Amino acid sequence: MSISVSMTVNGKAVSGKVEARTLLVQFLRENLSMTGTHVGCDTSQCGACVVHVDGQSVKSCTMLAVQAEGAKVMTIEGLAPSADKLHPMQEAFRDNHALQCGFCTPGMVMSAVDMVKRHNYQLDEATVRRELEGNLCRCTGYHNIVKAILAAAPAMKAAGV
Amino acid sequence: MYDFAYHRAKSAADATALLKGKSEGRAMAGGMTLIPTLKQRLARPSDVVDLAGAKDLAGIKAEGGGLTIGAMTRHGAVATSTEVKSTIPALASLAGHIGDPQVRNRGTIGGSVANNDPAADYPAAVLALGATINTTTRKIAADQFFKGLFETALGEGELITSISFPKPEKAAYVKFPNPASRYAMVGVFVAKTAGGVRVAVTGAGPGVFRVKAMEDALAKNFSSAAIKDIKVPTDGLNSDIHGSAEYRAHLVGVMARRAVDAASK
Ligand SMILES: Cc1cc2nc3c(=O)[nH]c(=O)nc-3n(C[C@H](O)[C@H](O)[C@H](O)COP(=O)(O)OP(=O)(O)OC[C@H]3O[C@@H](n4cnc5c(N)ncnc54)[C@H](O)[C@@H]3O)c2cc1C
Ligand code: FES
Ligand code: FES
Repeated sequence: MSISVSMTVNGKAVSGKVEARTLLVQFLRENLSMTGTHVGCDTSQCGACVVHVDGQSVKSCTMLAVQAEGAKVMTIEGLAPSADKLHPMQEAFRDNHALQCGFCTPGMVMSAVDMVKRHNYQLDEATVRRELEGNLCRCTGYHNIVKAILAAAPAMKAAGV
Repeated sequence: MYDFAYHRAKSAADATALLKGKSEGRAMAGGMTLIPTLKQRLARPSDVVDLAGAKDLAGIKAEGGGLTIGAMTRHGAVATSTEVKSTIPALASLAGHIGDPQVRNRGTIGGSVANNDPAADYPAAVLALGATINTTTRKIAADQFFKGLFETALGEGELITSISFPKPEKAAYVKFPNPASRYAMVGVFVAKTAGGVRVAVTGAGPGVFRVKAMEDALAKNFSSAAIKDIKVPTDGLNSDIHGSAEYRAHLVGVMARRAVDAASK
């Protein structure tokens, strides 16, 4: 069954034809050719596919494209304010060497941005580790990811994002 | 995933009408269990009715001294609700420890209770607090609702609309999470209510169950010391790669004592 969907992705109105069973991540990657959002496990465990839907972090491999009808979706591609300036979270990941192969990074960054905002820019190490429950990284051992998120929280506050 | 026809319901009544006559139709709440199930082809619904647009199914209301929580209320909303935190803090805390933040942003109380996963957290709260499950056709007492492994008293096309929780005098939930999935290896919800003490266990067996011996002991003396010698029989408990029945039976005792201590604070 072919269904039309319309949503806003990174501030731009988009629409397309999907099947009922098309996942949001498939719509982003295959219909919109936005491959920044990764599929790690496809079983709702790893968080590589995390995007924001109406301001909340969700696993886009466990949401149908039709469920995002009319929603405001933000992906890793929409985070940086411009082509030559990174979001403070991305900057903090770079500064703290918070990635190795980079596969988990888009989901980590999207979860991290949501986490910082939900905790009103105030985080401690234990909270960051608990909040990262839904994101797996097989390279870094998490230490530098935690450091990056702790560094990004005040930077995001200062930048007003 | 096999394809299906997708429908959006605007209300509980609309969802009921959309599901009517579709014996292979399924409601979808947060999809956090349903979508993984469809991906594994463990289910093949002809029609999926999305409840997300049914505004009458969401929201938290203070009612009769307790709380009525709409079926579509997300775990994250229950965890952060000031209403829930002040009336039944143990319930807010339980919701805040389900899965991970992304699961909590999508998963709903109605979906969790309807699904009745043997390791799910909410069934323990529903049973221990003696909650009432309100459906599109009737009200079901918690003691009559859970029927064992993924089975409930819900009939075909019957939907949970909300769940009403009376306010307990004291309550706490403690779980030993599986370190990978965060589902309960064993979780124990202890509640001291107007009707007595209730102890509900999830994760250990094929479905949530009460431990009468602990309830009787705690009714006389609500302290962890009162239940320290009570052993839960291993018969029928889950034994799998995550833990043996003996291990789970032991954990029930440990989690129950911790829950009583937490409730007494
Ligand atoms: C990675 C991960 C970790 C998780 N960890 C935990 C955990 O630690 N503890 C825990 O308890 N759960 C956990 N869950 C499960 C999670 O809580 C689910 O959200 C929940 O079990 C199902 O809720 P849902 O709203 O997503 O329902 P759905 O997946 O949409 O539906 C589940 C079932 O319920 C039916 N249904 C839905 N709503 C209704 C209704 N109103 N009336 C009647 N039937 C209905 C559907 O038809 C379907 O059969 C986890 C899930 C994931 C993916
Ligand atoms: S790809 Fe979505 S959680 Fe792993
Ligand atoms: S950097 Fe390789 S998985 Fe995280």
